[in-house]
Amino acid sequence: MVVPSSKLQDLIEEIRGAKTQAQEREVIQKECAHIRASFRDGDPLHRHRQLAKLLYVHMLGYPAHFGQMECLKLIASPRFTDKRVGYLGAMLLLDERQDAHLLITNSIKNDLSQGIQAVQGLALCTLSTVGSAEMCRDLATEVEKLLLQPGPYVRKKAVLTAVHIIRKVPELSNIFLPPCAQLLHERHHGVLLGTITLITELCERSPAALKHFRKVVPQLVQILWTLVTTGYSTEHSISGVSDPFLQVQILRLLRILGRNHEESSETMNDLLAQVATNTDTSRNAGNAVLFETVLTIMDIRSVAGLRVLAVNILGRFLLNSDKNIRYVALTSLLRVVQSDHSAVQRHRPTVVECLREPDASLSRRALELSLALVNSSNVRAMTQELQSFLESCPPDLRADCASGILLAAERFAPTKRWHIDTILRVLTMAGTHVRDDAVANLTQLIGGAQELHAYSVRRLYSALAEDISQQPLVQVAAWCIGEYGDLLLEGSCEETEPLQVEEEEVLALLEKVLQSHMSLPATRGYALTALMKLSTRLRGDNNRIRQVVSVYGSCLDVELQQRAVEYNALFQKYDYMRAAILEKMPLVERGGTQDEEAKESKEAQHSEAAVIPTEPQTSKLLDLLDLLDGTSGAAQPPPPLEPSSEGTSVHLLDLPCVSPAPASIPNLKVFEREGLQLTLSFVRPPGTPALLLIMVTAINTSEADVTHFVCQAAVPKSFQLQLQAPSGDTVPAQGGLPMTQLLRILNPKKAPLRLKLRLTYNHFGQSVQEIFEVNNLPVETWQ
Amino acid sequence: MIKFFLMVNKQGQTRLSKYYEHVEINKRTLLETEVIKSCLSRSNEQCSFIEFKDFKLIYRQYAALFIVVGVNDTENEMAIYEFIHNFVEVLDEYFSRVLRSVPCVQL
Repeated sequence: MVVPSSKLQDLIEEIRGAKTQAQEREVIQKECAHIRASFRDGDPLHRHRQLAKLLYVHMLGYPAHFGQMECLKLIASPRFTDKRVGYLGAMLLLDERQDAHLLITNSIKNDLSQGIQAVQGLALCTLSTVGSAEMCRDLATEVEKLLLQPGPYVRKKAVLTAVHIIRKVPELSNIFLPPCAQLLHERHHGVLLGTITLITELCERSPAALKHFRKVVPQLVQILWTLVTTGYSTEHSISGVSDPFLQVQILRLLRILGRNHEESSETMNDLLAQVATNTDTSRNAGNAVLFETVLTIMDIRSVAGLRVLAVNILGRFLLNSDKNIRYVALTSLLRVVQSDHSAVQRHRPTVVECLREPDASLSRRALELSLALVNSSNVRAMTQELQSFLESCPPDLRADCASGILLAAERFAPTKRWHIDTILRVLTMAGTHVRDDAVANLTQLIGGAQELHAYSVRRLYSALAEDISQQPLVQVAAWCIGEYGDLLLEGSCEETEPLQVEEEEVLALLEKVLQSHMSLPATRGYALTALMKLSTRLRGDNNRIRQVVSVYGSCLDVELQQRAVEYNALFQKYDYMRAAILEKMPLVERGGTQDEEAKESKEAQHSEAAVIPTEPQTSKLLDLLDLLDGTSGAAQPPPPLEPSSEGTSVHLLDLPCVSPAPASIPNLKVFEREGLQLTLSFVRPPGTPALLLIMVTAINTSEADVTHFVCQAAVPKSFQLQLQAPSGDTVPAQGGLPMTQLLRILNPKKAPLRLKLRLTYNHFGQSVQEIFEVNNLPVETWQ
Repeated sequence: MIKFFLMVNKQGQTRLSKYYEHVEINKRTLLETEVIKSCLSRSNEQCSFIEFKDFKLIYRQYAALFIVVGVNDTENEMAIYEFIHNFVEVLDEYFSRVLRSVPCVQL
């Protein structure tokens, strides 16, 4: 028996009547079974009703794929009710992934050329929603024909379909270029809006279209002018603004057209000023238009006065009580702060106010903007504000805020003491969130500020005594106490309150850090080294320190164990060297890593003078990417190879100590000028056949010193060259101590050696630069 | 460009969803739950624009219904905010009592 099919309304009522989820599912399953049966039977009269029910069920989330073929049948039917439901079904059930969608191409084609507006509208809608690339290609010409038809209903839909086609198949843009100019004359806002969107898409995708459409800028300006200046029109007004959506779209298109183009920007200037001043800002619609105007002014080549106007508008937005407006204002100010810094500075107090917003997105924007606004004149006030923000801000913003403050402090610190104070405060408040190099920066800073050693060590000691949980703070404090412990115990310092500290207290504190379970292994390492340094700084006997060090000699952590064992050795076997090794460190070169600090402290027994000349050279050598003349530097600062290095020095780097081997290759004199002579001596170590060591010796027999002597070398590409640090950069006069430098050349291919040298130095008050190629290289150097 | 348009009720059920860029079916539910979570957790004093992955979300609350629009970077947020209201007004005109019914409308 054929059950009469129910109407859609009945089905909806039935579903609504279901009390539980299970009941609803039951009803739907029953109905789907009916629908499936009906489709199988192929009842043409009620097909659309069945499909409508199926679509409803689909919207509730149940599977409906078996209705796809029915959509096709319905679309092909001549009745309008069928077509309507069929197209709707096609839009909901079919998408690009299904193959069935191609089958509707033909139906759409027929419907497009039919001439009945409603049907054409349906077809266009479907094409613009689910049209795939192939469909678009087939039907583009049809759509283009419809663009110029009379009657805004179809034209509007045709334009929207054209936008979709352009997005899918950008190559078809040239089909749609010609009609655009004509469409701009349209009165109907719907078509106009669609046209503007179409032109925007075309311009965004192809620079040729962009150039083409620059011609219509005057026309656009005219349209917008009429919109803004005509009075109230009921059809298009939204809270007093005449069609804000169209205005916004036109402004956006003007922005794209005027970017980087003087002429167009000039035509727009008056209009933008007019819009900016005349728009009613009491409601959101007006503000939206104003916002778009500001964005456009910022992007095109506008006159300075206009830009200032734009920034002022943004400033006014900031004072608005509506959160949304403040948010967009902050976002846009962030964009312009780079280019119009001074204009934005005027609104700094308001920006700082916004830091206190409870809303997370607003305060994040305000934070970024505040950090961008810090400059040398307002740095103290700003850091004050930012620090109070740091105390109360949500945890995800803490890291940004802390690193921002540190960066700003670094760039604009008025005095060193202020800088140290600021970093201290940041470390105390948000220690766990700072970047890793904050510790290194702070130690370097403190090390460099001689006069502030006493002050900083006292501050750090008090901070540490209060709280040992913030790791970066603990690390810096431990390092400082170790270095400047004697200053700590001395007594008074005029910059802080007098702090009487006993030796025992200091040692106790460091031991507490060592033993605390909150300390990271790196922190423990710092504390142990600090304890060790104190053994030379403190006046009492070192029993306590010796005890601690020997206990840690059996610690489970390998790093600590190694340190403790080495320090133990220092106490026992090498006690005479202890004072020299644990001297105060020289200033670390900026950018040096922790490793280099450790190495330098161990090399402190070399004469200080030897360290300093290597520093300028090492900074050049450290720059591995500096491929000037093809030279490549050694990555680690090697100790100088002068005879001044004692035999007991600890060479952490495995460098071959070159003793001039039996000279089987004759020396070569390569350069002579005004008393300065350069000689090359060659060594081929027997173990490594591809290696050639060249010792460059410079002797000065003239009366004046040669200073700032730098020698660089270049070799052909197949060779590898390593320049080691020279013994110095001054070649003293009258045949004084010669300057030497070692070159290592690897020649795996045994190619003929070619060497080019570049010398720069000062002699007799003149700076000299010489570049020359070394000729007559003996054959033994490369064979 | 508008990426998607959602209507969600306070219990977190999607009442209407329309995607203008293809998103897999299973990813859609995931996306919707996350979007709903971020919108529902905001209080009244906070602004209506949220940054979410690589979209911006603009939402508006009407009684028990949230309308959320996801856009990419180039859109004017306040214009979209106005657009949402325009949409609701249109629905209200065309079908009365729009807030309580489930509209079957193809956008």
